[in-house]
Amino acid sequence: MTKAITVSGLHKSFGKTHALDGLDLDVETGEVHGFLGPNGAGKSTTIRVLLGLLHADSGAAQVLGRDPWTDAVEVHRRIAYVPGDVTLWRNLSGGEVIDLYGRLRGGLDKRRRTELIERFELDPTKKGRTYSKGNRQKVALVAAFASDVDLLILDEPTSGLDPLMEEVFQRCVEEERERGRTVLLSSHILSEVEELCDRVSIIRKGRTVESGSLADLRHLTRTSVTAELAGPPNGLSRLPGVYDLDIQDRRVRLQVDTDKLNDVLKSLSESGVRSLTSTPPTLEELFLRHYQDEIGDEVAAR
Amino acid sequence: MTAAAFAVRAGGSRQLAGTGTLLRFALRRDRAMIPIWVGVNALMVLSMPNTLKSLYGTAAERADLLQQMETNASLRAMLGPVFDDSFGALTAWRIGVYAGLLAAVMSLLIVVRHTRDEEESGRQEMISSAMVGRRAPLTAALLAAAVANAVLALLIAGGLAGQGASGALALGLGIAGVGMVFATMAAIVAQFTESARLARGLTAAVLGAAFVLRAAGDSATDDGSSLLTWVSPLGWLENLRPFANERWWVLLLFAAAAVVQGAAAYELAGRRDVGMSFLPSRPGPADGRLGTAGALAWRLQRGSVLGWSIGFLLAGIVYGAMTEGAADLVGDNEQAREIFQRMGGESAFTDTFLASMLGILGLVAALYIVASVLRLHGEETSGRAEPVLAGAVGRLRWACGHLLIAFGGTVLIMLLAGLGLAAGYGKEFWPILGACLIQLPAIWVIGGLAVLLYGVSPQLAVAAWGVAGAVLLIGWIGPALDVPQAVLDVSPFGHLPKLPGGEMEWGAVSVLTGIAVVLVAGGLAGLRRRDVTSS
Repeated sequence: MTKAITVSGLHKSFGKTHALDGLDLDVETGEVHGFLGPNGAGKSTTIRVLLGLLHADSGAAQVLGRDPWTDAVEVHRRIAYVPGDVTLWRNLSGGEVIDLYGRLRGGLDKRRRTELIERFELDPTKKGRTYSKGNRQKVALVAAFASDVDLLILDEPTSGLDPLMEEVFQRCVEEERERGRTVLLSSHILSEVEELCDRVSIIRKGRTVESGSLADLRHLTRTSVTAELAGPPNGLSRLPGVYDLDIQDRRVRLQVDTDKLNDVLKSLSESGVRSLTSTPPTLEELFLRHYQDEIGDEVAAR
Repeated sequence: MTAAAFAVRAGGSRQLAGTGTLLRFALRRDRAMIPIWVGVNALMVLSMPNTLKSLYGTAAERADLLQQMETNASLRAMLGPVFDDSFGALTAWRIGVYAGLLAAVMSLLIVVRHTRDEEESGRQEMISSAMVGRRAPLTAALLAAAVANAVLALLIAGGLAGQGASGALALGLGIAGVGMVFATMAAIVAQFTESARLARGLTAAVLGAAFVLRAAGDSATDDGSSLLTWVSPLGWLENLRPFANERWWVLLLFAAAAVVQGAAAYELAGRRDVGMSFLPSRPGPADGRLGTAGALAWRLQRGSVLGWSIGFLLAGIVYGAMTEGAADLVGDNEQAREIFQRMGGESAFTDTFLASMLGILGLVAALYIVASVLRLHGEETSGRAEPVLAGAVGRLRWACGHLLIAFGGTVLIMLLAGLGLAAGYGKEFWPILGACLIQLPAIWVIGGLAVLLYGVSPQLAVAAWGVAGAVLLIGWIGPALDVPQAVLDVSPFGHLPKLPGGEMEWGAVSVLTGIAVVLVAGGLAGLRRRDVTSS
């Protein structure tokens, strides 16, 4: 199966700023791929290169098997894009804009359009200038989900939506996956990414720092363990990969590199375990590790 | 109602808090716009006495002019009546109404920019959430307009003092008075519309109506005494009679109108919520028919194409109708004839006059083409182009939709101008129509330059306005100042054959068309290659 998006070694500078510094990205056909990174990491720049709006300085990018710069129109026929900040024409109604975008892509499924407008509780007769931020977002989302395309590129699409609409959005993305469509989802809402995405790529300063399924990524980080023991703990501090060890009488709290978890459990069970909780790392922890410079460098130094 | 309750309804306490800060902020934001508007307006007025001296140097020539103006109703409609033969009075006659018109446009732009524009964009919400009184934004906007008009009045009063101090003061105050009447008018209109564009358009329409009323009144009487003239603020300016026994009490009309309109604006503003308006926008269709980038471009530009079409048709009719009269008036004056000949070529004077009017319409059409081409720029920088280009639309197809309207629109408006001229003049239908179309290659060169600038770099795109302005200046004022041919040759309009009446020059016309094609092609090639800017 061909990949929906392949990007390797992408570079792009704006004057002295290196927005992209050798970025890699692979999105399999049919998956929902999370695209994470702090503000200014280069997510939107990458997306704009994938849309053929920016010309990369060097590196290769392919979208649906084609070059997004030279074959822009052919690629765009099969893509729906939702920007993070939707601007509408002030004197066109939402319904007109939805239909326009549909026709500018591969076409629009009328029945799905009606259904989506109902689910998102959107009034399509209002003029562009009277919509709130969330409602402008809905116009772009309805147009994208109702369009007859193979790939959806969503750049922080839920930034203005309320929790109920956020729920509708997640349902819609799941439906897209069931229909075999590919979704590239750039987002800051980690629960949304954890809920929806098959795989994620985390980028920082224009480079990909982590890529893989959430299970893969969890493997690389630490699990936190809390245990109540029958006897005094013994030798935990000498085990490799154990951090933040906190022993209070027979209560033990610690963090452990997930691939070293087995040794810790062995050591604990030697003392006799009364109760045990083990929490896998949240995406948030994963994320923070890459977001915060110092922490990132510290981990690298160890 | 108790005083406290009244204060609550009218906007609570400390309604003007923050006005000073907002005013300084407004002037800072307009630090380029206001000096340019004021400077150009003042220069136009202050250069007039010298121009007039070269035109009507002798007392006999001036007496002749006064007599002509008495008998020529169509010219009075354009310029107003003459009240005295001093150069001060002639300056007020020749330029006063137009300077007032410019001051009014400047004022309405300033006021709408700092009121409805701010509310529409949502910026007002953040401003108003700070320690800013409810009446402060409108007050700051009106004060900014007042500052601009006051500076303009001072420059004119000071610069023309040599022609008579009291006349200069009256003219300066009158022009500023027109400005303030339309500043407060814009303040009222801005309460009614939801969009700033509509507020500007409606206020400009009122201004247009004021001009038409004055023109109608002046064509009916030769001393500005018609009721129609007295209804129009532009008519007040002429009835102030600067340099001709000033009627100072007319200034009270300006003051009264500004105060009443200002009070009405405050009253209306106090009765509505921030961002809301008295004329809410109507709902649109739930389903759209737009299906292509070209259709979208037409939908976005059709209103302005319609407006320009009507304007050019009317202007053509007016110019056409005054052709015979103008020939009578200018025909006897050697210098004036020379100026027109520099603009329109040497031949029968009616042809010369028609050719110069056509040339002016062509210059104004260059403004249309720049505005229309730069729609591309507006769509791109506002971020609206991005999702369209992310659809199955090539950049060239997207751009060509707008360019078709820009370049095709000039054909339409010049044809309509020709129809108007021919209808107003009543003869020479085909020569006039042909002469109108001959302007197109020069207009297209300006349009092509705008496409090139935009295509190569969107940051450069606004420089196209500078080019159009320079060409306008050369074509409009150049002939009167007798500038060297080398300067006139910079403008593509300088190379056009002087039609009707002159010789057709296919060579120059084809070269200009060729240049326009190359410029557009270069711009499109640049657009294909460069990055789309993000909002």
